[in-house]
Amino acid sequence: MIILVLLFSAIFAQNLTSHDPERAGSLDDNEIAPMWQSTGSSKFILGTDHLGRDVLARIIYGTRISLLVGVVVLVLSGAMGTIIGIMSGYFGGNVDEALMRLVDITLAVPFILVALVVAVILGNSLNIVVVLLVMFFWTGFARQIRAETLQLKTTDYVAFARSSGASNVRIMYKHILPGVFSTFLVIATLTVGTVILTESILTFLGVGVPGPTPTWGAMISDGRNYLTTGWWMAFFPGIAILLTVLAFNFLGDWLRDELDPKLRQLTQ
Amino acid sequence: MGKYIARRLAYSVIVLFVTSLVVFGLSRAAGDPRHIFLTEYTSQEDWDLWGEEYGLDKPFIVQYGIWVGNALRGDFGTSLRDHVNARLVIQERIPATLQLTVGSFVIAIVVGLPLGVMSAIKRGTIFDYVGRSWALLGQALPPYWLGVMMVLLFAVMLNWLPSGRKGDWTHYVLPAVTLGWGAASGMLRLTRSAMLEVLDSEYIKLARAKGVGNNWIIWKHALKNAIIAPLTFSGLLLGGLMTGTVITETVFSWPGLGRLAVQAVYNNDFPVLTGVVLLVTVIYLSVNLLTDVLYALVDPRIRLN
Repeated sequence: MIILVLLFSAIFAQNLTSHDPERAGSLDDNEIAPMWQSTGSSKFILGTDHLGRDVLARIIYGTRISLLVGVVVLVLSGAMGTIIGIMSGYFGGNVDEALMRLVDITLAVPFILVALVVAVILGNSLNIVVVLLVMFFWTGFARQIRAETLQLKTTDYVAFARSSGASNVRIMYKHILPGVFSTFLVIATLTVGTVILTESILTFLGVGVPGPTPTWGAMISDGRNYLTTGWWMAFFPGIAILLTVLAFNFLGDWLRDELDPKLRQLTQ
Repeated sequence: MGKYIARRLAYSVIVLFVTSLVVFGLSRAAGDPRHIFLTEYTSQEDWDLWGEEYGLDKPFIVQYGIWVGNALRGDFGTSLRDHVNARLVIQERIPATLQLTVGSFVIAIVVGLPLGVMSAIKRGTIFDYVGRSWALLGQALPPYWLGVMMVLLFAVMLNWLPSGRKGDWTHYVLPAVTLGWGAASGMLRLTRSAMLEVLDSEYIKLARAKGVGNNWIIWKHALKNAIIAPLTFSGLLLGGLMTGTVITETVFSWPGLGRLAVQAVYNNDFPVLTGVVLLVTVIYLSVNLLTDVLYALVDPRIRLN
């Protein structure tokens, strides 16, 4: 339900609000309280920020960035993790050992600090954020899909395909890939929330998506300086993140129970 | 056992090597460091002299060797902002971060562990309800937003606690709770599921059948076996808290390593930043290594695998 609202607001952002999320308003519009407060205005439902920009409009447009980052990161890291996971599980032996050590190493690197270093060197942009997140989130896919592949490898139909002369690539593509798809879907949904959360953390620290693009993380970061005069600036974007992450986690839990009950133990 | 420790140690060294290589590689990818210090009016001789003095005329891998050698001796270069050795800048920030980390670690254990046990044994009661909501929120709440909102409530609106910086004990409350919140929820989740699993096992059923008292079963038989997972997790937690300080210290203007790193980003102060990253990586890896060893000591199955 929440996810539908999110998708809807991401796609129809222009139609939902007449306010421009990036252009500053006139000075009179600065720091107007939400409409239900006595100093509020019905023109700005959730109030305005320190530059007179409509908070609700920025949250709605911010949905785009969050969902965009979430989906792109998941597609890329999912593809990378799936390929590595299948190869690792299918070939076993040294290949498996090397790839799984790569996973261990990736997980042992303090991610946020490396992100800070990258930001200093390469500057911050949406692309860099996506690449950084992909470099980190592929590991979850690789581990689960490797485990799944190990099981599929022993099935009769894979043995049959092999005895009838199918190549390794063909077996992996035709017989194992479809088998791990539901696992992929479950992990992807369970990870979306974390990806969105991590992006907002990077942006909050000033090394994520640069302004004036409306992002939830940046809104909280800006609003932090105006807590005494305008609590709503930092409050509402946080609620947006909270609800989004919760919604995706619930969806992921539900998908897992529907598609793949045995994953329950692995992911908990 | 010795072989196991040696293998874990080797992994840690590899991780450290990879991290340092990435950090150093990135620093050189940005261009020749001479461009920062020398202007277009510098003569070719000076340019070459600098290159010779700092080894910048040598191939990449040799430069990396020099840099690592210096870093091992605690020399990360001169801070571009404070114009003293980055090590001094970093050193004075260590205590603040350690205090904060330990504080939130204590919160995570003291809150997470008992609540996890209670939520497992009193299923369907208020404990279970609180425990499970906390576990959910811990995953979904942005930690920095939680910090900002606590400042809003306790510092701005109620005026009970200070909003940031270091000082007497009241200054520790909000940062430590912010940092400990997520950790506590992780601890709670893990304790709960470990406890549920153990309570469902055959030997607990046997103990019950024998007529052993309920409290005795829970605290003696069940907890003893369920505690292994949370214990190992606490090691990982400590490492995670070290990186979590980056966020918390930014929110509360806490004078620790995390804030130093973020400030270094704004100042383009590369020597300080690399120093912090390497230091935190070493601490993080040491804690993980220690955890693995402890785990292997407690649970023989790990060692043999």
